[in-house]
Amino acid sequence: MPADLVPQVLAGNRRALARLLSHVERGEAEAALKALYPHTGRAWVIGVTGSPGSGKSSLVNALTQHYRANGETVAIVAVDPTSPFSGGAILGDRIRMRDLSGDAGVFIRSMATRGSLGGLARTTRDMVRVIDAAGFDRILIETVGAGQSEVEVARVAYTTLVVEAPGMGDDIQAIKAGILEIADVLVVNKADRIGANQTARALKTMLELGHPAARVYHHGQYMTVEAAPAPVAEWIPEVVMTVATERKGIAELAAAIEAHRQHRLRDAGPFDPQALRAELFERAREALFQQWLQTLSPDTIETLIQRMHQRELDPQTAVQQLLAPPSAQEHGHARP
Amino acid sequence: MTTRVARVLIAKPGLDGHDRGAKVIARALRDAGMEVIYTGLRQTPEMIAEAALQEDVDVVGLSILSGAHMTLVPRVREALNAVELNDVPIILGGIIPEEDYEPLKALGVAGIFGPGTSTEHIRDFINNLVSSNAR
Repeated sequence: MPADLVPQVLAGNRRALARLLSHVERGEAEAALKALYPHTGRAWVIGVTGSPGSGKSSLVNALTQHYRANGETVAIVAVDPTSPFSGGAILGDRIRMRDLSGDAGVFIRSMATRGSLGGLARTTRDMVRVIDAAGFDRILIETVGAGQSEVEVARVAYTTLVVEAPGMGDDIQAIKAGILEIADVLVVNKADRIGANQTARALKTMLELGHPAARVYHHGQYMTVEAAPAPVAEWIPEVVMTVATERKGIAELAAAIEAHRQHRLRDAGPFDPQALRAELFERAREALFQQWLQTLSPDTIETLIQRMHQRELDPQTAVQQLLAPPSAQEHGHARP
Repeated sequence: MTTRVARVLIAKPGLDGHDRGAKVIARALRDAGMEVIYTGLRQTPEMIAEAALQEDVDVVGLSILSGAHMTLVPRVREALNAVELNDVPIILGGIIPEEDYEPLKALGVAGIFGPGTSTEHIRDFINNLVSSNAR
């Protein structure tokens, strides 16, 4: 029984933790999750997202070493994509985290998305909570290589890093909606490469367009705006340049994360009511759907699909018929 | 409830740098619907055991082409046992002379797959192993 593992997980048993995480991933640990929830809220959860090859794993590796040097324990949840064809996956993030091997203060868990599209797996949030309850100081979530719209991590992490490598595209890419909007800290990794300064500049300009600033970066220099706007309490993301493989800029990155943590602790705190509302609705939606699905006969569904296939029935009407009370549903089977 | 997905660790202990075989197997198992945790080259037995523990894998697959299998395999087995993963089977691929098969099996290696083994055979072997060893 997964729930039997709870006391061992709370006592810091790594094997029990690993086992329980598997149960959570398979969706069979409701009771354990309930029992562990009161023990959560201690770890600071940091999300690391960005395009494939931007250096997320190397950055996680370097950041973890930084925290370990400060005596903090670190757990890493690294997500890689599941094949849409076979359902299998290659989870390869550990390759770039070999420096962390053999350190009892580090726990690394790889997971596959198993069909989710938001950059995380459906169970990542629950796994993070279990790890939190197990007593780690920092939890780093590494998303799949993300494009523009995989923004799920911002709802699970308390501080979100968006990692860019030089050469991200022009500055219109930088003001498009999506992934850059969720950044609390923007990281230009591989900053020793050509174009790093341009990328950092494009990101800074993007931030200034959204946040009225007293001085703007224009023609290569900072210029004072005539009427400086009143300072706002809102968090303005920082842009940090790093070379993760050489540990450059990592202390600055950790400082930016800490600044954001302090800001968030003054503001909503780790458990943001908005994120909790979204979670509650999401879970309720899933539960209601499953409950409702049980009330339907497979025949009803097949008949509707067949009629949609024959172009006799449009999808909108099909849904209306599914949602109609049973007596009306039977009526729906008859041809009009 | 989700169906059980087999989780397999693929690791290369020791110092040989030939990882093509390990990658071919990783890819084949991915295509067979398994989750493959690929740890890369030059892993110590302790690193392999720790990864197997953290990832809660069903099977540990080792690829050895250096000829050091008679030294490395027992050490990996000991390292796994030391973290109480006695029930996690080891399978082995690479260049393994046939006269070593029996001694290796006596050390608890569940399966040995030399060059030319079909990936389907390995896939079926792992599936059987996982379903008979379901925890």
